[in-house]
Amino acid sequence: MAFDLQSLMTTLKSRFGDDVLGHGESRGQAVVSIRRGASLPVLRFLRDEAHFEMLTDVTCVDSLRLPPDMQRDYSERFAVVYQLYSLTHNARLRVKAFVPEETCEIDSATPLWDAANWGEREAYDMFGVVFRGHPDLKRILMPDNYEGYPLRKDYPLKGRGERDRFEKYTEIPPR
Amino acid sequence: MESSTVPDNEPVPIHEVAPTAAQRIGDTLSMNIGPQHPATHGALRLKVQLAGEVIMKCEPEIGFLHTGFEKLAEYRNYNQFVVISDRMNYLSPLNNNIGFAVACEELFGVQVPPRGQYLRVIMAELSRLADHVICVGLQGMDLGAFSVMLWTFIEREKLYDIFEAVTGARLTTSWTRVGGVFRDVPPDFADLVQGFLSKFPPVLDEIEYMLSRNRIFMDRCIGVGMLTKAEALSYGVTGPMLRASGVPYDIRKARPYLCYDQLEFEIPTRTEGDAYARYLVRLAEMRQCLRIISQALEKMPGGRENKDKLPVSSQDHKVMLPPKDMVYSDMESLIHHFKLTMPGHGLIPPKGEVYSCTEAPNGELGFYIVSDGTGLPYRVRIRPPSFYNYATFPKQVTGRLISDAVAALSSINVIAGELDR
Repeated sequence: MAFDLQSLMTTLKSRFGDDVLGHGESRGQAVVSIRRGASLPVLRFLRDEAHFEMLTDVTCVDSLRLPPDMQRDYSERFAVVYQLYSLTHNARLRVKAFVPEETCEIDSATPLWDAANWGEREAYDMFGVVFRGHPDLKRILMPDNYEGYPLRKDYPLKGRGERDRFEKYTEIPPR
Repeated sequence: MESSTVPDNEPVPIHEVAPTAAQRIGDTLSMNIGPQHPATHGALRLKVQLAGEVIMKCEPEIGFLHTGFEKLAEYRNYNQFVVISDRMNYLSPLNNNIGFAVACEELFGVQVPPRGQYLRVIMAELSRLADHVICVGLQGMDLGAFSVMLWTFIEREKLYDIFEAVTGARLTTSWTRVGGVFRDVPPDFADLVQGFLSKFPPVLDEIEYMLSRNRIFMDRCIGVGMLTKAEALSYGVTGPMLRASGVPYDIRKARPYLCYDQLEFEIPTRTEGDAYARYLVRLAEMRQCLRIISQALEKMPGGRENKDKLPVSSQDHKVMLPPKDMVYSDMESLIHHFKLTMPGHGLIPPKGEVYSCTEAPNGELGFYIVSDGTGLPYRVRIRPPSFYNYATFPKQVTGRLISDAVAALSSINVIAGELDR
C-alpha cells in the first residue's frame, strides 16, 4: 500500500482541525507539526488508524540558535520530535510538537508505545521537557542529582564547573 | 529443577516459578549487580529485588559511558564527526561510520559512485560479521562455554587484519567521508577477503556443533528473555531481536541504501522471541553476510585491481577534496580545496533536516540531523538500537531467575558505547 502524505494530512486536518499546524516534506521525508495539547490524540490516531505501529525514536530540538528563516517553523523554543514507522505501509513519518520554555510540559506517549518510556526520559534528561503521565520520569544518562540540561543551546560544551565540584577525599576515612 | 521435566523447545511457564519462591521465602533482598561485573556487557547497573533467586523487580541504570556525543556533534563539522561515530558501537565501528555517512549524503544530496557503494557494503557486512560473531561467542561464554568465545575472538582478529589493511586502524576506523570513503582498498583486498570467507564457514559450523544442540545451552536459553511480537513492536525493538520475535523487518530490504537492492540475500526470522531464537537468527545472519560479501566482491565495478581507476568517492568537489595534481594545475580545483579546508567555509549543506537509518548489527541505527546551513550541524540525534532494545530487559526478566537474566542480557547484545553515547 503506498503511503500518501496528502491524504493523511487531509484526514488529520478534518479530524483535528487547528491542532495540526502544518506539514511538509524534507528530503522526501514526511513531517507533520501539531500543537502540543493534541499530541496524544493525534499519535493515537496515527498508531491505530493510520497503522504507524512503531515509535522508533523520541527526541527534542532546541531552536534557540536557529537562523531566522528556520525559526519561523518553530512556534515555540523546543520541538519534541517523534519518528514513527509503519510496517504495513513501509513508511516513515516525523511528528513535531512544540513546547515553550516557561511551561516545559507535554503529555507522555507511554500509554501508546513502551518505547516512549526511555526515549522521553532521555529527552527530559537532556532538555528538561517534562512528560506528564510518564510512570518514572527521572534522569537516565546523567547522574540523578545533576543540575542543568546539557543539550540545551545555552548550556556550554564543557559544562558549568561540575568537574571542579566533585567531592574530594583527602584522607582514608576511619573505620 | 522444573526444566528437567519440560520437553524440548517449551518455555518454562513464568507463573510456575515466581509465586512458589516468593511464598516460601516471603522476603525480598535488594541487590545491586554493579556497573563492574563480568556478566554485564560493559558498564551496566541492575538494581534487582530478589525473592530467593527470582527477580521480583529489576531496574537498569545506564549512563556510565555517557560522553555527550550529541553535544560534541554540534561543535564538529560533518567530516570530523566520523571520528566520534567510531566510538559508538565499538564492536562494529564501520557500521556507525557508514550509517552517519549515508545520513549526511541524504542531507547534502550527493551520490556515492558505484564502486564506493560496493566497498562500503563489503566493509559493513564484514563489520556486521565481527559484531555477530562476538555476540554469539559472549553468549556462549556467559553460560559457561568459554572456548566458543576464544574461537570467535580469533575470527575477530582476522577481521581486524582486514580492517587495518583497508582503513589503517582496528577499532577507530573513521573510514567514510561525506560523498565516499577515505581511499580505495589496497590491491590485495580481494585476496584477504576471499581468504577469510573460505576459512570462516567451518568456524561457524563448529560453533553450531558446540552450542546449537547442546543440552545446557538449550535449557538456559529456550524460553528465556521472551518477547512477543506485540511487545517488541511497542518497545521499538529492531534488528535481530525483532526478527527473532517474528517480524521480518530489515532496513536493507525495506529501504535499501547503498547497493543492497542489487544483492540477493534473505532475512532470517524466527517466531519464538527468546534468547535461543536470537542466537539462531544471528547465526543465520552471519551466513547471509558471507553471501552478500561474495556477491559484492564479484559485482564490484572495477573488480579486483580497479584498472580503470573508477572513483570510490563522489566527484562533486564541493564535498570531496579534489585530487592533489588537479589542485596544483586547475584553478577551480584550487578554489574547491581552499573552500573545503579553511575554517568558516568547509562542507556546507543546505538548510533542513533528515532522518536516515541503516541496519546496524543491533538494529536500526538512525541519525536525525538538523542543518542550519553552516558547516557545523545544528543538532545530531543518534537513535541507538541498543537503547531501545535494552529497555525491554526488565520486562524480559521479571519473574525469572538471576541466571536467566544473564542469558537474556547476553542475547540482547547491549553495547554500552552505543547505549550511552
